[in-house]
Amino acid sequence: MDAVILQALNGLDKGGAYALIALGLTLIFGTLGVVNFAHGALFMLGAFCAVTMQKLLTLSRQIEDTSVTFFKAYKEVPYLKIWFGDTGLLLIDYSVPLAVLLTIPVMLLIGLIMERGLIQYFYKRSHAEQILVTFGLAIVVQEIIKAVFGANPIPTPAPNVVAGSADIGTWLGLGPTLVYPWWRLIYLAFSAAIIAGVFAFLRFTTFGMVVRAGMQDRETVGLLGIDVQRRFTIVFGLAAVVAGLAGMMYTPILPPDYHMGMEFLVLSFVVVVVGGMGSLEGAVLAGFLLGILQSFASMNEVKSIIPGIDQIIVYLVAVVVLQVRPRGLLGRRGVMEG
Amino acid sequence: MSAATIDSPGNQKAVAPSANDGGSSRADHIKFLIFALAVLTMPIWLSPIGAAYPDLVQKFAIFGILAIGFNILFGLTGYLSFGHAAFLGVGSYAAVWSFKLLTMNIVPAILFGVLAGGVFALLIGYVSLRRTGIYFSILTLAFAQMSYNLAYSVLTPITNGETGLQLALHDPRILDGPAGAGLPSTNLFGMLTVGYTGFYVCAVMLILAYYLAMRIRRSPFGMALRAIKSNQNRMNYTGFNTRPYTLAAFVISGMYAGLAGSLMAVVDPLAGAERMQWTASGEVVLMTILGGSGTLLGPVLGAGIIKYFENIFSAFNDQVLGRIFDFLPEGLQEAAVVLFSPFVGEGWHLTLGVVFMLIVIFLPGGVMEGVARIKARFDRSRSDTAR
Repeated sequence: MDAVILQALNGLDKGGAYALIALGLTLIFGTLGVVNFAHGALFMLGAFCAVTMQKLLTLSRQIEDTSVTFFKAYKEVPYLKIWFGDTGLLLIDYSVPLAVLLTIPVMLLIGLIMERGLIQYFYKRSHAEQILVTFGLAIVVQEIIKAVFGANPIPTPAPNVVAGSADIGTWLGLGPTLVYPWWRLIYLAFSAAIIAGVFAFLRFTTFGMVVRAGMQDRETVGLLGIDVQRRFTIVFGLAAVVAGLAGMMYTPILPPDYHMGMEFLVLSFVVVVVGGMGSLEGAVLAGFLLGILQSFASMNEVKSIIPGIDQIIVYLVAVVVLQVRPRGLLGRRGVMEG
Repeated sequence: MSAATIDSPGNQKAVAPSANDGGSSRADHIKFLIFALAVLTMPIWLSPIGAAYPDLVQKFAIFGILAIGFNILFGLTGYLSFGHAAFLGVGSYAAVWSFKLLTMNIVPAILFGVLAGGVFALLIGYVSLRRTGIYFSILTLAFAQMSYNLAYSVLTPITNGETGLQLALHDPRILDGPAGAGLPSTNLFGMLTVGYTGFYVCAVMLILAYYLAMRIRRSPFGMALRAIKSNQNRMNYTGFNTRPYTLAAFVISGMYAGLAGSLMAVVDPLAGAERMQWTASGEVVLMTILGGSGTLLGPVLGAGIIKYFENIFSAFNDQVLGRIFDFLPEGLQEAAVVLFSPFVGEGWHLTLGVVFMLIVIFLPGGVMEGVARIKARFDRSRSDTAR
């Protein structure tokens, strides 16, 4: 029982990341009609926003180490400690959550620049060319990050307060043996909140209404005198922010390196297709579904029955779904089909 | 939308000059002869740019075959497969198993590689080709990733997992009889296929592959494939069943990849799962687009360019750069070195990414379109002066 709950949580966690990336992909596809292969790179950039924040906060200066008496020794002390003492250390401890302050503006800016600078010239071109050019962009972004931050994963720990595990067993009345890392719980809540936020934004604001209308019938909305293009560009920026936040919050779970984006991208594309291209609900549903399936498949009990299933489950599900439901689980009619 | 989605107006333009049926079959044959001659003399004319060593020219030939095969699918039908590396890997495994169980002669190994690639493509193609556009791409990607993951984990008895499948002293090799001391080398009826002999084996295969692709393209079958690319719906409405044609193209393409995979095993009897990873599939796509999809020569050029840069560019360091910019005055030389060093050595992927983006943005037909444009301009200016 414990193992099942743990795997379900793991799956929801991973599914949360998939769902957030897939949500952005679907938003971009639904509004601009562009297949964005650089979305994994945006996820990765978000993670490196957290790394940058950590580096910024721990900027240090050498000062004399007075605890060593028999020779002159120096130690690195972060400026924040010199300036603010313990408050400064606390700030450093919270560098991942604080990175939100950096991630949102940076990712929004990157998204807008990317849309205006590159994507807008590819509306009219074929999906193959969109895939190829964004794939090239992803390589470029990846290599720049590699050149700046190096090729090794960079550990970015969660704040100390939530470094341990939560006794979810006790909460659920299952005994104290069942524990789960705090940060993963936070990630779960966070991804749920972001997803809810995006849906609420699209559902309850005028901006969201226009965007939804534009997704349905762009021309008519344009004829009503609304600048659809500008709103869609902003949607692209939003999608970049969502991917960036997903990556930023994921850093304590998986130390970021420059190619983490590609790994998530491939899976997220599978998620989007399984969910149905152009369907936001489908993307979220498929994200969580595939995440959970993947976790359960990696349980030893399952692996002993069907060896190797943990390695292929996601792709297998994709193949089966596409054979049975050509438009994916919740795909709309007439989107990207032959 | 059909497979035609994946095709682009830009591509069409690029294809037109060489793909139209105005060119006579004689012109094709002359081109073919030039191509064959150029391939066979690669070790000579590549030496000024430092690429004339067996390892690299072998790669040119092998990846050329892979790209030609990919182009039969993508260039002719417009179906963008993101799973071609799977066939490459299967071909490699089949060839190494042939070395292990039967004989070190490369002929059966190549045959098995091609066959394995073809059978595997038939299975995957049968399922994947029921969808078009991006769904097809994702399906092929899913199958390739499944093969890759399985080769790494459960199929270890067949693939030897992470270590890769290698020759061993105690392999049976039924046809060869008892082995002497040490590992045997691959051979072609007793002639060892190492170094330049290995290259010539690959080169002959490349020439055959090119010839076959040329014939396919000019055949009614190739015509049907191109019709599918330009409008599959219309083909269907006229009562033309496109499935057998796309499937045949997919299988042929898979056989090319199997051939390339088996040749990799021939020049180096080792097969690893990383050959099946999706990045490897992505590389084939890059090669084909870079050279010019839909053209005959383009994919080979693209493969050569990428492999050349991978091997030569990645070996560059600051000293080499310094020597290149020697002609500049002192300060400028240093500036140039600083400016270019992120793009070479470890960072050659950055160059690849940038070049690739520029190609897709400005020259969707790849290098071949560039050549065609330059030629057109040249022709125009010549006719202008004649007038």
